[in-house]
Amino acid sequence: MSTPVLSVRDLTIEFDTADGVVHAVDGVTFDLFPEQTLGIVGESGSGKTVTALSILGLIPQPPGRIVSGAVLYSGLDLLRLGQAELRRVRGKDLAMVFQDPLTCMNPVLTVGCQIAEALKAHDPALGRATARARVAELLELVGVPHPQARAGQYPHQLSGGMRQRAMIAMAVANQPRVLILDEPTTALDVTVQAQVIDALRTAQRETGAATILITHDLGLIAELADRVAVMYGGRVVEAGDVFQVFSDPRHPYTVGLMSSLPRLDVDVERLSPIDGQPPSLIDLPPGCAFHPRCRLSAGRAQCRQAIPMLLQAAPGQFSACHFHAEVSSLRVAIEAEIGLTGTR
Amino acid sequence: MAEAIELYREGLRFRARSQWELAWRRFVRHKPAMFSLVLLLMICGAALFAPHIAPYGLNEQDLARGSQAPTLRGLHLFGTDRLGRDYLSRVLYGTRTTVWVALVVALLSTAIGTTLGAVAGYYRGWIDSLLMRLVDFVLCLPFLAVLLIAAAFLGRGSPFRVAVILALLLWTTIARIVRGQYLSLREQEFVEAARAAGASDARIMFRHMLPNSLGPIIVNATLTVALAILLEATLSFLGFGIQPPTPALGKLIDDGKGAMLTQWWLVVMPGVVIVVICLCVNFIGDGLRDALDPRQARR
Repeated sequence: MSTPVLSVRDLTIEFDTADGVVHAVDGVTFDLFPEQTLGIVGESGSGKTVTALSILGLIPQPPGRIVSGAVLYSGLDLLRLGQAELRRVRGKDLAMVFQDPLTCMNPVLTVGCQIAEALKAHDPALGRATARARVAELLELVGVPHPQARAGQYPHQLSGGMRQRAMIAMAVANQPRVLILDEPTTALDVTVQAQVIDALRTAQRETGAATILITHDLGLIAELADRVAVMYGGRVVEAGDVFQVFSDPRHPYTVGLMSSLPRLDVDVERLSPIDGQPPSLIDLPPGCAFHPRCRLSAGRAQCRQAIPMLLQAAPGQFSACHFHAEVSSLRVAIEAEIGLTGTR
Repeated sequence: MAEAIELYREGLRFRARSQWELAWRRFVRHKPAMFSLVLLLMICGAALFAPHIAPYGLNEQDLARGSQAPTLRGLHLFGTDRLGRDYLSRVLYGTRTTVWVALVVALLSTAIGTTLGAVAGYYRGWIDSLLMRLVDFVLCLPFLAVLLIAAAFLGRGSPFRVAVILALLLWTTIARIVRGQYLSLREQEFVEAARAAGASDARIMFRHMLPNSLGPIIVNATLTVALAILLEATLSFLGFGIQPPTPALGKLIDDGKGAMLTQWWLVVMPGVVIVVICLCVNFIGDGLRDALDPRQARR
């Protein structure tokens, strides 16, 4: 495999709050390869967004604290860059699409003006007419109809899907090499999501950017990602090729996620939720953070005492479970329980 | 067919009504404000073109017609003073100075206050503490005493110097308002998005955040105009403001106060002009507030 565009190594981030130290991200490591899409999936508070924000140096410090780790991009450690250098990379080499396009757009500037801002931030000499032409081109690219008229409108005059497409246009304006999508479709209607996914695909194709897709929507991951990293309690618990991970998960949490989802391809009599609550990041369970909810652990001492490392469980698939060899049988057991009767 | 498509396209091209257009429409519907705006524009126009409009020259004397009450004879609508100078002309010239000073004060204090307030609210931390203590300090000064001393020693009767002194004392309110705005704006996601797009601090502060706080800034600047007119009049009345031969409304009242009991118009006429201008400005400020921040509008 080629060399990664972006490597995150042993990233650990904490937040100081009145209630204690929040261990938001704990030892996260992953690589992003050129022209590939890496999905990061996990429930709320599993550290997905914090990971993404730290790549762009957007963690507010304080209360945030980057305890250890490195984010390597073309020989630079982004975590150790000064403000001025960081600014040169942001929006140029690395761009981000945020979750809610309404609050992420400036309400008093026109859409076109904001996209032009993204262009001008990295090319101060850009002329007015050139900028306008480029803005229309970008809006056209992401499938906004009447790009010229739309560019002159304010964010509140656009529909949610159109706003998100405008955000995507803004993100790809400077031909980034890495595109970070933070729950790009969560704030949208299901019907609109499809259009936005199309826009994302086009944007990826046009820029050739490697993409990090953060979401809790497993369907979206299956649709767009090549590889996936599953996060739980601030750690990566399973990582690997999307198809492999989804069809034969090697971590009990991934199994739980899969079997709690309604599926279109197979008949299921009922869904099997994961028991218990997500852990508090202030007071994580000792050992494996998932063990109190884990059916496989069944109170085994190793799960309570030792934090499992992310190790290869199958070729190209990594799992942070002490008993990853047993996960397949757990999956079979759960599938039998919920009445999964094979392909429809 | 092609024509039809073109027409269809035309039909779809709807006009974006900007927030400023909407605000202007709301302002026009605010009757007192609109009336005030027209009146104020007329007064300012008359003051601006005083040399062309005034029936007499500023210092044109006619000793035979001294101390006349307002009369139509010789068009001395505001009467004449002891030396027979036409008082309407003098009031027009005085208004010119006073309005000019007020505008300079408003622009300058708004610029200072907005910049410092923006920096304080955006960066927070020690910069914020430092700047806000500076605001506290300026607000703690015994206003009139400092104003009189500064005007006496630094103002030297020049309208521009007086304006600068007033601006240096009046920027605090706007600084606090802008700081408050920025404190809330900096937490908004579009600021984070702008930062993620690689915008510099200055760009975020003035390109992205400033337009969002323009409403309160404009309203406050208008009110500062009224305040500056009153303060300049006070200062000139006390003899520390603008010095002769430059006419100013406060100075005219000061000159006339000796003969007030017998020649009331010497005090009343410039006084009325001051009151009318200030009322107009305040009404306009009211209208602007309702127009720019419809959520606050009282029914």
